[in-house]
Amino acid sequence: MAALHNWLIDDAPASRFQARMGRSYGVMSRLIRNPLAVIGAIIISLLIITAIFAPWIATQSPLTQDLSGRLQPPSSDHWMGTDELGRDIWSRVVFGSRITLLIVTLVAVIAAPVGLLLGAVSGYFGGWADRILMGITDIFLSMPKLILALAFVAALGPGIENAVIAIAITTWPAYARIARAETLTFRNAEFVSAVQLQGASSARVIVGHILPLCSSSMIIRVTLDMAGIILTAAGLGFLGLGAQPPLPEWGAMISRGRTFILDQWWVATMPGFAIILVSLGFCFLGDGLRDVLDPKSEGK
Amino acid sequence: MFQAKTEFSPVQFSIPHSFGVRGRSHRGARIAKWNENHVSDANPTPDQLSRPASSTWQNNRPFTRIISHVGAFAITVFLTFLGLLAITFFIGRIVPIDPVLAVVGDRASNELYEATRVAMGLDRPLPQQFASYVIDVLHGDFGQSISTKRPVIEDLIRVFPATLEMATIGILIGILIGVPMGVTAAANQGTWLDQTIRTLGLLGYSVPAFWLGLVGLAIFYAHLRWTGGPGRIDIYYDGLIPPVTGLMLVDSLIAGNLQVFRNAVSHLVLPASILGFFSLAYIARMTRSFMLDQLNQEYVTTARVKGVSEFHVIWRHAFKPIRIPLITVIGLSYAGLLEGSVMIETIFSWPGIGNYLTTALLNADMNAVLGATLVIGAVFIIINKISDVLYNILDPRAR
Repeated sequence: MAALHNWLIDDAPASRFQARMGRSYGVMSRLIRNPLAVIGAIIISLLIITAIFAPWIATQSPLTQDLSGRLQPPSSDHWMGTDELGRDIWSRVVFGSRITLLIVTLVAVIAAPVGLLLGAVSGYFGGWADRILMGITDIFLSMPKLILALAFVAALGPGIENAVIAIAITTWPAYARIARAETLTFRNAEFVSAVQLQGASSARVIVGHILPLCSSSMIIRVTLDMAGIILTAAGLGFLGLGAQPPLPEWGAMISRGRTFILDQWWVATMPGFAIILVSLGFCFLGDGLRDVLDPKSEGK
Repeated sequence: MFQAKTEFSPVQFSIPHSFGVRGRSHRGARIAKWNENHVSDANPTPDQLSRPASSTWQNNRPFTRIISHVGAFAITVFLTFLGLLAITFFIGRIVPIDPVLAVVGDRASNELYEATRVAMGLDRPLPQQFASYVIDVLHGDFGQSISTKRPVIEDLIRVFPATLEMATIGILIGILIGVPMGVTAAANQGTWLDQTIRTLGLLGYSVPAFWLGLVGLAIFYAHLRWTGGPGRIDIYYDGLIPPVTGLMLVDSLIAGNLQVFRNAVSHLVLPASILGFFSLAYIARMTRSFMLDQLNQEYVTTARVKGVSEFHVIWRHAFKPIRIPLITVIGLSYAGLLEGSVMIETIFSWPGIGNYLTTALLNADMNAVLGATLVIGAVFIIINKISDVLYNILDPRAR
C-alpha cells in the first residue's frame, strides 16, 4: 500500500501512465477531504445505482393502478403514499431517476462537445471565425434560456427527445465561451508552437492538444449546470411539454399532484424532494470539483 | 510576445474590447473576468502587457474612442435583436402545424388553399419572409392570438405590468436580504454561518420554482392563512380601482384605496418572496465571492492594522469596490426573474406575461407564444446591455 502511494505521488513519474494515475490520485485525495464534494458524490452515486437497479429498489410497478387505494398517505406499505390512480409514489420516484439521468446525460453528451469544439476552433483560429462564432454564441447567451427552451418545445412538440434537444440548444453557448477563454490562454504557448513546428495540422492541435486542456473546466461547468438542466427538464415536464404520461417524470408528477396539494400534500411534494436532492448533489459535487481542479477560486 | 503585440495592435484593440463587453453578459464569463482582473496582477498576460500602448493611444483621441465604442455597441445590440428575431422566425417555421390550414380549415379546396398561401406570403423565399416578419414586428404587429382573438401586442401590453410588479418586488427582496447575507458569509468565512448561507444559496439553484410555489401556497395560504391566494387581488375588489399604470400597488395608492392596497400586498407577498428567494441565492453567492476577493487584499490588512473597526473595514473599505460588479449581478438577476416568473405565474394564476405564455403554449397559439418570447427576450437583452453599459461607465478599469 505504501509502495503504491509512493509510486503515485512520485515527483518524477517514469511513464505517462504513472503521471496520469498520480494526477488522478492527487485529485481524488483532495476531493475526499472536501466534505461537500463527498456528499455530492454520494448523492450522485445513489442516483445512478437507483436508476440501474430500479426494478429491485421499487416496491411496486410504477405503472400499476389500484383505484381502490388511491391518494393513500405515506405508510409502511406505500413509503411516499399513492397518487390519484393508486400508483405507489416511491416506485414512481425510483423509476423517475432513470428519466432524469437519461435527460441530463443526453444534454451533456450533445451540448458539451458541441460547445467545446466551437469554442476551441473560435479561440484557436481567431479573426473572422472567432467573430462570427462568438457573435452567434453571444446572441444565444443574451437570451432567456427557459423561454427559448419553452418556445422550441412548443414548436417541436412535447416529448423527452424534443425536451433534450431544446435544452441542449440553450446550454451549448456557455460551454463555447469557456472553451474559447481556455483556448486563448494557451494558444500562444510554446508547446503548441512546438507541435505546429512538427507539422501538426490545426485539427490535430485542437483535438490532441487543446481540447484535453479545456476538459477540466468543462467538467466543472457541466456538473454545475446539471442542476439547472434538471430544473428546466422538470419545468418542461410540469407544463406537460416534457415526458408524457404515464412515464414517471418528476416534474410531470408534481403537476399531477397540483390539484391535491391542499389535502393530499404528498403527491406533489415527494417528487419535489427527489429533484432538490439530486440537484443539490450536482451542485455540491460541482463546487467541490471546482475547488480541487481550479485552485484559483477555492472556497468561493 | 511578438505575436501578442500584433494581435492587440492599437487599431484592433477597440474591436476585441467591445467584443469583451458583449461576452461579459454571461454570468460565468463575467466572473471569470473578475477573477482574471485579480489573478492577473501576479503574472501579466500578453493582453495586459500590451495595454499601456493602447491606452495612451486611446487617451490621445478620446472622441474617436467614444464613437467607436458607441458604434460597436449599437451594432452588437442590433445584431442580438436580429438574432432573437431569427430564432423566433425559425421556431415559427418549424412548427408542424400548417398555418394555412389553420386559417382555411381542413375542407378547403386546393384553389382556396393556394390563394391563402400566396396571400400570407408563404410562397416567397425565406429571406423575404424573414424581412417582412422583421418589418411587422418593428411595427408592433405580432399577429392575432387564437385564444383571445385580439392582437398579440395588445394582450402583451395588458399583461406585462403584472409581471413587472412581481419581479420588481422580488428583486428588492433579493437585494435587501441577499447582499447583507453575502457580506456576512464572507466576513465569517468557514464558520457555520458561512456554511448555512452557502447551502441556502445552493438551494436556490436546486429547488424547482413551481414546487416551492405550490408548497408555499399550501403552507402560507391554505394552512396558516397568512397571505392571499392565487391571483393579483380578491375577486370582489376586482375592477374597483381604475388602471393607470397597470401596477396594482401604485394604482390603488393613486386611487387612495388602502383596503385594495392591503389586499394586493397580501396577494403579492408570497409569489414575490419566492421569486426573491431565487435572486437572493444568486446575489448572496456572488456578493460573498466578490467580498472574499476584497478581504484578501492587502489594503484590508492595512486598515485592520491601523485599528479601523471591523464594521468599517467590511462596509466602508471592502464593500465599496464591489458595488460595481454587484450592479451587473443584480441586473442579470432581475432579467432572470422576468424569466423565472413564468413558472411562478403559472402556479399563482398571476395574470402576467409568463402565465400568458404558458396558456398560449397549451393552446398551440403560436403567434402569442412567439410574441411573448420576443418581448421577454427583448427585455432580457435590454437589461443585460444596460448593466453592461453601467459596468463600463462606473468601473474605472473598464474606462
